[in-house]
Amino acid sequence: MRRDQAEPGPVTLTRRRVYILPSGSGIIFALLLLAMLIGAINYQNSLAFIFTFLLTGMALVSMVHTFRNLNGLLFRVGHVPPVFAGEQAAFPLSVENPGGQQRIAIKLSFREQTPLTLDLEANGGQWLQLHHPTSRRGWVNPGRITAYTRFPLGLFHAWAYIHIEMRALVYPTPAADRKLPAKLLVADGSSGDQGKGDDDFASLRPYHPGDSLRHVHWKALAREQGLMTKQFGGGVSEQLWLRWELLGNTPTEERLARLTRWVLEADARGMAYGLALPDREIAPQRGDAHRRLCLEALALFNLREGRE
Amino acid sequence: MRHYEAQLTPTLSGKLWLLAALFTVLLPHLLRMPPLLSLASIAVFGWRLAHEVKGWSLPRRPLRWLLTLIFFAGVFLTYKTVVGRDAGVALLTVMLCLKLIELHTLRDAMVTLYLGYFLVIGGFLFSQSVYNGLYLLLVVLLLTAALIALNHPNSAMAHTRYYLRYAGQLLLQAFPIMVVMFILFPRLDSPLWSMPQGNVGKTGLSDQIRMGTISSLVASQEVAFRVEFKGALPDADQLYWRGPVLWTTDGRDWQRTRQTVMHTIPAYQQLSAPVEYTVTLESSGYSWLFSLDLPSSMPQGLDHASFILSDFQLLSEKVATDKQRYTIRSALSYRNEVMFNNDRRMALQLPSDVNRMTVAMAQAWIAEGLDAGQLVERALAYYRDNDFYYTRQPPLLTVDPVDDFLFNTRRGFCEHYATSFVTLMRAAGVPARVVTGYQGGERNNLGNYLIVRQSSAHAWAEVWLDGEGWQRVDPTSHIPAERVEETVDAQRFATTDLLSSVAGGSQFNLFARTFFQLRQVWDSVNYGWNMWVLGFDREQQDKLLRALGIRDMSWQNLLLTLVGLITFLVAAISLFILLRRPRQTDPVVRAYLLFCRKLARKGTVRGQGEGPQDFAKRASLEQPGDSERIREITRLYVQLRYAPEVSGASLKQLKRSVANL
Repeated sequence: MRRDQAEPGPVTLTRRRVYILPSGSGIIFALLLLAMLIGAINYQNSLAFIFTFLLTGMALVSMVHTFRNLNGLLFRVGHVPPVFAGEQAAFPLSVENPGGQQRIAIKLSFREQTPLTLDLEANGGQWLQLHHPTSRRGWVNPGRITAYTRFPLGLFHAWAYIHIEMRALVYPTPAADRKLPAKLLVADGSSGDQGKGDDDFASLRPYHPGDSLRHVHWKALAREQGLMTKQFGGGVSEQLWLRWELLGNTPTEERLARLTRWVLEADARGMAYGLALPDREIAPQRGDAHRRLCLEALALFNLREGRE
Repeated sequence: MRHYEAQLTPTLSGKLWLLAALFTVLLPHLLRMPPLLSLASIAVFGWRLAHEVKGWSLPRRPLRWLLTLIFFAGVFLTYKTVVGRDAGVALLTVMLCLKLIELHTLRDAMVTLYLGYFLVIGGFLFSQSVYNGLYLLLVVLLLTAALIALNHPNSAMAHTRYYLRYAGQLLLQAFPIMVVMFILFPRLDSPLWSMPQGNVGKTGLSDQIRMGTISSLVASQEVAFRVEFKGALPDADQLYWRGPVLWTTDGRDWQRTRQTVMHTIPAYQQLSAPVEYTVTLESSGYSWLFSLDLPSSMPQGLDHASFILSDFQLLSEKVATDKQRYTIRSALSYRNEVMFNNDRRMALQLPSDVNRMTVAMAQAWIAEGLDAGQLVERALAYYRDNDFYYTRQPPLLTVDPVDDFLFNTRRGFCEHYATSFVTLMRAAGVPARVVTGYQGGERNNLGNYLIVRQSSAHAWAEVWLDGEGWQRVDPTSHIPAERVEETVDAQRFATTDLLSSVAGGSQFNLFARTFFQLRQVWDSVNYGWNMWVLGFDREQQDKLLRALGIRDMSWQNLLLTLVGLITFLVAAISLFILLRRPRQTDPVVRAYLLFCRKLARKGTVRGQGEGPQDFAKRASLEQPGDSERIREITRLYVQLRYAPEVSGASLKQLKRSVANL
C-alpha cells in the first residue's frame, strides 16, 4: 500500500521501514557457534562455554548495531539533469545522518544496479549521484532505491526501500547524421555564409544568463577577463524552421532522433531555430533555455507524462 | 544485491587485519605443534602475507591440492589420528593456514575469520588458566576488529583505533548476555561422547621416596590444593594432609605396598568432633585425594567413585586430569587401632645388610630396656641434641644413606628425618611407617581459605604403640628453629598466617611483604576463577539457582527462561543504543546549536537546510536588537568550522558571545 507509493521526499528511514535478517555468512557463523557449543558441552570446558556465549552475545548485539546503522537516515533528491536516451541518468541524492554516531558502509542502489558505498560522519551529510541507465525518451522513473548495510560484523543484512519521487527527462537519442538538410538552409537563408555557422565571429559582449555555453569565450575566462559571449555575424539573422514534415514518412522515433540532432546542430551553430511538431510549435529563438524547451518537446512528443 | 555482496573482495587493509588477528590465534597452537608442521604452516602463512605486501602470486590449484595432502598426512603421521583434541586442533590450525592461500572473496575471508574464533575455543582445551583466558580475550578483540575492518569497504589503517574501540564496545555489550547464558545454560553430567585424552603433565607428589624426589617439589610454588573450612581453622600443628603411605624399603627407597581396598572408612575411635572442609584439588596426574588425619567420612561431591585403603590413603577412581572438588570430614584427635594381620610384619620390614650402624644404635637402646614410647622419645632426643640441620639442599648420601645421614652429614629435609626415624624404630622393634602428603598451608584472608602449595609437601612417620594404636610422629618438627635454614620452614608447624612470620623475620623487607600480599590477592583471584568459572558445573549451577530462589527447574524451563532473558537483554541493549541522545562532539557546533535554540526561543527558528549566513541575515532583520551579536557569532562559527586555521581563542570568543546573547 503506502510503501509502494513514491513520496515527495525528504524521506526518513524510520524504524518500521528498516528490515533485518541474518546474512549468508551470519548463518555460517550460527552453525559455527553451534559447533563450538557442542565442543564446550562435550569437553565440559567452562571457558569454551564462556567464549561461545560471548560470541553469541556479540552476534546478537551486532544485529542492533547493523539496524542502527541504517535507522534514521534522511534522503533528499536534487535536480536531475536531463540526458539523451542510452546515457546514464544521474540522480543526485542527499543522505543526511542526523544521529550523533558515524554511519559506516551504507550501500545505495537502484534495483539491479551496482551499489554505491558511503560513510557518513556524525551529524554529517553527503551528496552523491546514483546512476540509472536509460533506453527510451520521456520521463524515466528509476523506481525505489534500496539502502542496505551489513556493518559492523557482516552477520546481518539490514535494508530499507526508499520510494522517493524522482524522475529524469530523457531526450531522444540524436541521429548520427550531423548534417542539417541543405534545402532547409537554402530555403530560409537570405544572406551571409550559410553552412559555416560558427566561423563568422563578430565581437565579444558580456555574458547574459541564457547565452549558449558553446558561445562563451572560455579563453577569455581563463585569462580572467570574466565571462564573455562570442557574437557571430552571418547567420545571426537566419531563422530555421525544423519541421516534422521535412522528414517525409520516416517512422516517428527516427524522425524525433533526426529533429533532435538538428536542434543540437542549429544550437551549436548559434542559429535561431524553431520547432514545428504536429501537436506543437515553438517559435524560432536561440540559447540554452530554448534548446531545452525544444528537446523536452521532442522527448515528450505523443507521450502522456510519467511514462516510464 | 545479494549476488553483488557474494562477489565482493576484501580490501587490502581488511586482509592485513585478518592476517594479523589470525596470527595471534595461531601462535600458541604453532608453538605447541611439532616444529616441522609449525614451520610449514608459517611458510604458507608467510606466502599469503608476501602476496599482499610484495605481490607474490599464490599457488595454483594442483599445488594447493598437493599441499593440502601433505599437511593432512603430516598431521596424521604426527598424531596417528586426525580426531581428538591434539590432532583435531592441529588439523584445524594447518587447514586455516592453507585456507589463506585460496582466499578470494569477502565471504572467504569472513569464513576464515570464523574458523579463527573456532580455534580460540580449541585453545581452551589446552589451558583454562586466567592468563590464557585473558590472552584469548585479546585475540577475540583483534579478530572482531578484523571482522569490522573486512566489512568496511573504505577501510584504512587510519581506522585502527576506531575498529578496536568498536570491537571492544561490541564485546562489552555482549557481556551481560554471556553472563546470563553461562549461568542458565543447562549443564550435562557427562560428555555427549567420550574423547581421547591428551598427555597429562606428571608433577605432584610422588608415591615413593627416593632421595631428591621431594626436593624438586620443595622449590615449586604451584598450588596443590585449596581448602575451605566450614568452621574455624584447625591449629597449624594439626594440618597434616595425608597422602601415600610408604611401607617397603630396601634401605634407600621407600615404596607403597598392597593394602585392602575399602569403600567405607575403616573403624577407629574419634576423640573430637569432626571438622568439615572442602578441598579443591589442582590437576596432578595422580589419583590421590588428600584429607586431614584421619578422615572420618568418604569424600562427597566427586563426579566419580573414590575408595580408601586400610592405611587411610584416599584414592579417586580416576586420575586427576582436571580440578576436583570434594567435601570431607576428619577427626583431628583419634585413636587408631586398625592393624591388619600383615601390617605388623610389613611395619617391621628392614633389609639386613644396609644401615648397620643405625640398627646397632637402635639395638643398644633396646638393651637399655626402654619400652616403645621411650624409644620414640629417645630417637627424637637424638635429633634434638645432636647438630641436625634442616636444609633444602642436603649433601648426597652414600650406599648406607641412613647411616650417613644420622652419623655423618646430619643435614636434610623432611624425608631424611622421616625415613631415618622409621628405620630407627623398625630396628628397635617398633612397627613404623612413612606417611607422605602436605603439611600446613597459608591462609588467604581475602578468600578465607587455606592454600597448600607443592612446597608444603612433607613426610612424617607413624609408629604403632601397643594399647594406643598408630601415633603420628614428625621428627622434622623437633629440629630447633635456629637450626632451620629458612624462616618459612621453621614457621610452618606453628602458624598458617604466613604474613606475620614473613613480617617478623628481620631479613624480610617491605618488598617481600608487598610481594607476599600481591601473591595472596592473585591467589584469591585464581581461587574465585577456579570455583566460579572453571568449576561451574551442574552442581554449582544448582547451588547458585537455589540461592536465587529457583528450585528444581527442568532443563526445558531453564532454556525457556534463558531465551526470555536474552530477548529482554537484547531489547534493553537496543533501547540503549537506539534511544541514546545524539551527542554533538564538536564544541563549535554545540555552541552554534545553543545559539540557534536561543534565537528559536525569541521566535526566529532556523529552517531545515538554511545556511548560517542566510539565517544570520534573516535573524538580524527579525531581531534587530541582536543583529550585531548574530553577525559576530555567525562570523566566528563560519570561521571556526570552515576556515583552515582554528585557534582556541576564537572558540572561547564564540562561546562567550553565545552566552551573552
